[in-house]
Parts: sequence; structure tokens; C-alpha cells
Amino acid sequence: MAAPVIDPATFANLQEAAGAEFVAELVDTFLEEAPRMLAELRNAQADASAERFRRAAHSLKSNSHTFGAMKLGAMARDLELGGIIADAAPLNALDQEYASVAAALKGLGND
Amino acid sequence: MTEVGARLLVTDDNKVNRLLLSRSLELQGHRVATAENGRVALELLRRESFDLLLLDMEMPEMDGFQVLEHLVEDAQLRDLPVIVTSSLEGVANVVRCIELGADDYLHKPVNPVLLKARIDSSLEKKRLRDQQKELVRRFATSEVAQDMQQSGFALGGKRVRGSVMFSDIRGFTALVESQSPEDTIELLNTYYTLMFDAINGRGGVINQMIGDGLMAIFGAPLPLADSCGSAVGAALDMIEMIELFNVERVAAHKSPLRIGIGIATGEIVAGYTGTQQRATYTCIGDTVNLAARLEAHTKLAACPILIDHSTRLGLDARIQVKTLGAVEFKGKSTAVEVFSVNVPSQGAGSI
Repeated sequence: MAAPVIDPATFANLQEAAGAEFVAELVDTFLEEAPRMLAELRNAQADASAERFRRAAHSLKSNSHTFGAMKLGAMARDLELGGIIADAAPLNALDQEYASVAAALKGLGND
Repeated sequence: MTEVGARLLVTDDNKVNRLLLSRSLELQGHRVATAENGRVALELLRRESFDLLLLDMEMPEMDGFQVLEHLVEDAQLRDLPVIVTSSLEGVANVVRCIELGADDYLHKPVNPVLLKARIDSSLEKKRLRDQQKELVRRFATSEVAQDMQQSGFALGGKRVRGSVMFSDIRGFTALVESQSPEDTIELLNTYYTLMFDAINGRGGVINQMIGDGLMAIFGAPLPLADSCGSAVGAALDMIEMIELFNVERVAAHKSPLRIGIGIATGEIVAGYTGTQQRATYTCIGDTVNLAARLEAHTKLAACPILIDHSTRLGLDARIQVKTLGAVEFKGKSTAVEVFSVNVPSQGAGSI
């Protein structure tokens, strides 16, 4: 059985600590910010900027863990620690996982 | 005890992290400002006052390591507590932060319970440090500190006109024997806090503390327009503070404190004595000796404040004194006119 896109315990803890209403706003912020991080990864790749690549992956990892998006976090972490790559495949996979995360978070927000 | 309403600065380039940390801290009752990178954070820290900094490491423009390096070099900000919140991995990064002066390192996502514990602990440490700084500041009053800086700690002396005060606690030895050492030290600390307030509040400088006794100077190292009025005003404030303190002591079934104060005015030789490493501001001369004798004489005369003729001449009509006549003091060839300063509504707990 595949692990859930969003770890329910992590998300519930976040809601309990910060308040569900606040978390809904925080999700909105993440959904605005994350596409910029994904775009930054692509741009950094195009410019061959290892520093920007690492920083964007780092930021995405950090936020993914906050919401319990464990797989997205792990993928971002691999990119952060693995360093810049020329291959587009891992970034495509990352985009795909993010799409699932975004859909799941929107679903959670409408509960 | 939880420090409520501390002012914190959250520095993180990531908006989600910034919002979430701010939210956690606000829920703990703190006031929070935010900065999106190190440069903005430093600007804020130099412009406004904060109790604690939460610092991310990975940031554009100026990262957390650079911020820590700047803080160490800044005399004003060196003691600001810093808690690093980062998702940087590796013990080396943690070590580097601590070596650069960070108090603590929390991995993101930050656990709110852990965050609260670390912040409370850092704020408590800061409170203790601030208290110590305040104590040091009181020992070396700003006037003395400024004068020492300007004179470059020149150890020379000069003749100045001023008023000298001696004060001590009556029956202190018996008091010490009747209570625990801890109680004695606590009593002395409270006593000194009150006396420093009264003396500094009137422009006086305390230059000696021995046991329960202290010596203060009014008019040196910096001149004071009305050294007599200031010294006697401080003495009256001291008595009033002791009376208020006694209300507390009596309520706690402790014996009330009595103090005796002697003040003399005239020429004194003042200067820094000691070595370049350790110097103290000293005053010597007949005026100093007379003030000490007057303080000792308060026991015999059963009056809390005794002053000499020169001090009496410097007082305005609002301060009532009683003439006690001429008194022979050891080491003085002629008898000295002694005056007792009337203490308004003594013992009535006047506020």
C-alpha cells in the first residue's frame, strides 16, 4: 500500500498547534510559493547555478515536511543533498508529486 | 516563570516558515516582527529593541552565518540571544552556529513544545544577564564611567569641593548573628539596591561598600550645583525607603532596620587610585574623616542624619535641622558644630 501523499498525523498536529483556520491560510501561502520554488529549480538548472538549485530544493523540503508531504520532502531532500543535475527527469517527477500534494492539501482544506 | 510579551524577531526567507513560526510565538504570548533575510534582520535589530532572534541559516543576500558573525562584532547586539531554526543537515552546521554564538539550534519543522521550552530558557538567561549588567552599571555609575573614559583612567588627583556621606546599618552584627547567611546576603542586596537608588537619584556616586557600610560622594568626579542639598535629599530618601522596607519586614515578623547617616561638606582630594588594571575612585581629606565621625556619632545622638556646619549652610529653608551644639571628635583639634536633620513623619510609613 502506498503511503498517503500527506501524512495525516503530521497535518493534524500542525492544525492542533497552530489552529485549523491558520493552517488553511498557510496552505494557501504554500500553494502560491511552491510553484516559484519549482520554477526556480528549473531556472537554476538552466543557469547551472548549484547554489540556487540547492537553496530552492532546501526550501521545498522544509515546507513539505511542515505539512507532512513526506514523499515530496524526500525528493526535494535528494536534490538538495545530491547537488545540481542536468537531467530533467527528477524535476518532472517532482512536479508530478507536487501536483498530488497540492490536490491533497486542497482536499484537506475543504474538510 | 514564563516571560510574557517578549519581543522576538523571526528571520526566514521562506514565507511559510516565517508565518508558521510567528504564529507559534504569538500563541505563546510574544510580540513578533519578521525579516526575510539577514540584511533586513540586522537593520531591524539596529533600529529597534528585541529580546530574542530566531534565525534561519539558508537565506539570500545575507545568510544566518553572516548574521551571527555581525552580531558577535556588534557591542550592542553581542548579548542578544539567538535560536537557530534550520533544516540544514549535518552536525557541522550545528557546531558552526554554536561556535558563532547561537544559544540553541532547532531543526525544522520546529516542534512547538520544544520551541517554547528553548525560548523560555533563553529569555530567562537574558533576564539574568540584563540584571547583572544593571548591577555593574550601578557600581560604576555612568558619571564615573564617562569621566574615566574621558580622563583615560588618569590616576592623578585633584582638589574639589563636595559633600561626603557615610551610612551604615545600626546593630548589624547582632542582626547577622540572628539569621542565616542567605538571609543576610539577601537583606544586604535589597538594602544596597534601595540605597543606590536614593544616592544615584540625587547625583551621588557610591565609591565604597564595606559590609553594611557605604561611602558616597556628591560633587565629584563631576561637579554638582547643590552638593549639600543633594546629599541631604538623598539621606532623607534613604530613610524613607528604609521605612517602607520596614513595613514589609515587620509584616514578615522581622526586626526593622535602622540606619545612621553622616554628611560633611568641604574640600576633598579626589582621584583614581590603584593601577591601570584595577582602579577605584577615592576621596580623602578632613571632610571625609568628619563625615565618618558624624555617621558614628548618630548612635550616641540617637538621630538618623547628622551633618556639619558647611552642609547646613548649603541647605535651603525647606529642610529643618536641629542644632546639637559643639561635639569633640577624635582627631579634631577643635569641637565641631553638629546638626541633626529632621526626618518628616518618621516611622509613619509616609508615601
